[in-house]
Amino acid sequence: MSEGALAQGMSVLGRVPGVAFVLVALIAVFASMSPGFSTAPNLTNILVQSSILLLLALPMTFIIMTEGLDLSIGAVLTLGSVVLAAVALATGSLTVGFIAALAIGLAFGLLNGWLIAWLDIPPFVTTLGTLGVAQGLCLVITDGTSIVGLPSGLQFFYSGYFLGIPFPLVIAAIAYAVMHGILYHTRLGTYVPALGGNREALRHAGVNDRVVLAVIYGIGGLMAGIAALLLTSRISSAHPTAAIGMEFDAIAAVAVGGTQFERGEGWLLGTLLGVITIGVLRNGLNLLAMPSSIQVICVGLLVIVALFFDGMRKAQE
Amino acid sequence: MSQIEAAAPKFKLTVSRDLTDVAYRLLAVALICIALSLVSDAFLTANNLLNVLRQASLVFFMASGLTLVILTGKIDLSIGATVGLSACVAATVIKSTGSPWLGAAAAIGVGSIVGLGNGLMVTKLRIPSFIATYGMLWVAQGATYYYMSGQSVYGFPTGFRALGSGYLFGIPIPIYLMVAFLVIGYFFTKRTTYGQQIYAIGANTVAARLSGIPVNSRLNLVFVLSGAMAGLASLIYLARLNSAEGDIGETLTLPTIAAVVIGGTSLFGGVGSLFGTFIGGLILTLILNGMNLLNLNANWQPLVTGLIVLLAVWLDMKTRSKTDSN
Repeated sequence: MSEGALAQGMSVLGRVPGVAFVLVALIAVFASMSPGFSTAPNLTNILVQSSILLLLALPMTFIIMTEGLDLSIGAVLTLGSVVLAAVALATGSLTVGFIAALAIGLAFGLLNGWLIAWLDIPPFVTTLGTLGVAQGLCLVITDGTSIVGLPSGLQFFYSGYFLGIPFPLVIAAIAYAVMHGILYHTRLGTYVPALGGNREALRHAGVNDRVVLAVIYGIGGLMAGIAALLLTSRISSAHPTAAIGMEFDAIAAVAVGGTQFERGEGWLLGTLLGVITIGVLRNGLNLLAMPSSIQVICVGLLVIVALFFDGMRKAQE
Repeated sequence: MSQIEAAAPKFKLTVSRDLTDVAYRLLAVALICIALSLVSDAFLTANNLLNVLRQASLVFFMASGLTLVILTGKIDLSIGATVGLSACVAATVIKSTGSPWLGAAAAIGVGSIVGLGNGLMVTKLRIPSFIATYGMLWVAQGATYYYMSGQSVYGFPTGFRALGSGYLFGIPIPIYLMVAFLVIGYFFTKRTTYGQQIYAIGANTVAARLSGIPVNSRLNLVFVLSGAMAGLASLIYLARLNSAEGDIGETLTLPTIAAVVIGGTSLFGGVGSLFGTFIGGLILTLILNGMNLLNLNANWQPLVTGLIVLLAVWLDMKTRSKTDSN
């Protein structure tokens, strides 16, 4: 191979995002270490398990692109699940329960947006506060115990099939398509990176940046409400701490996917790859009988490594 | 001469601003105390008041290091997890060696290492502090769970337990420690170059760097101090609880941040004080104590703490934007 061809090859490789390398490397490692990993049922399982995370990571990408953060999204998802279960039990209707979950999710999202956009409270402290509120509501509603005895029809949403495809994947695909459409094919989508990169310019262009921010956080809450349906279906019950901490996996997926915490640069496909990477990591460690504490440490280290390479790239520029 | 005249009133204004800030918060403390003594007979007893102060001292130890970090305009979200990891390591060290001193060294050492990790991520890797310390939160928490593997460690020597539950002249020992650290902290922040540089970095990092302040090394220092104080707090917590489990620090971050923001330290850096944080911790503890006395279920605590954080930050922003426009 001539030097020119090598350099060309390197530059093509250089354009492949880091998350793709990480994903391929993880798959290779786990496939060689545990025979159960690269079977069709397990790979499907990884995707199905990742669907809930994707629902959180998609809006998180938007939010981080605006130089924001949503630490409350795991607690809001949990609250959505608790409300869904409580309302479904009280009314006997899953539909009413689901609508209630969507409403509470949207309400928390808009509350975050209002506190951040109108009251100018920094996003991390806003959403830390609403995390406390949502978590507190979960505990108060359930009195710290699980809500069980939900209608059996609920199970379809996580373990059912639609046209031969697992239903959570259908939901995840629709969510991805919609969020992709919003980010890359609507005017709202063009405002998202501008909010992070140059909010002042956006304001001068006559855009009501506050409303846009509220809409973005609102979408996050709504997606948490949708995810609540899958989560409740998955565990056939609601538990006050079911998804506490899932915001970390969502933020990790976005960071690993190459979205920047500053400057408003983001990439939705990267988030999808990031979500699958986290899913593969957790699944593979699970198959190797690693406790969840090790999984959390690995996700944390993955984020730090991703941010480290980000920092190197920034320094090179 | 004219320069001095121009500068003098400005200085006077900031001093009175600090004083009014503290006065408002002391007024809040007084109002809460009056309200609680009206609704509950158990409130105005020496036992309960000392108990409140003891709880407030624990919050203060965690929040004092965090105050320094926030004064520089950064944040440390890993405090609770650092307390958890330090407490668990210290617990096993005390258990296996029988020496509280080695345990104390372990706790403060672990806390400092975690803090240094935070500092290096922020200064060397240039990761925003909220995300670096958030990642650290989960790494430290995972490490704690792994280290304890579901076990709990309990039953410590009496001498060590005095640190959390002992009395001297009828007053709990942690309160003496808090007063000592308040005095040391006051001199460190207000009367040393280091302290003034911390304020300067928070007020304007670029200006601080240009005027020759070693910004990165001061940032590392405040993160290490934050971790070390979390380690110290973990000892008092451990001595009080007399047991350690993996989830020991999980719920501590939100109240700690609450104490700092209630105390009037601005999340944007440069404004605030350790004394303010002490009062902030006191206000938070009084409210939680009141809920306790009124038999409100502990499940309400995260909800109320979350609301207090939002309210405190909002009030702070409101008063600040008013004075800024003046």
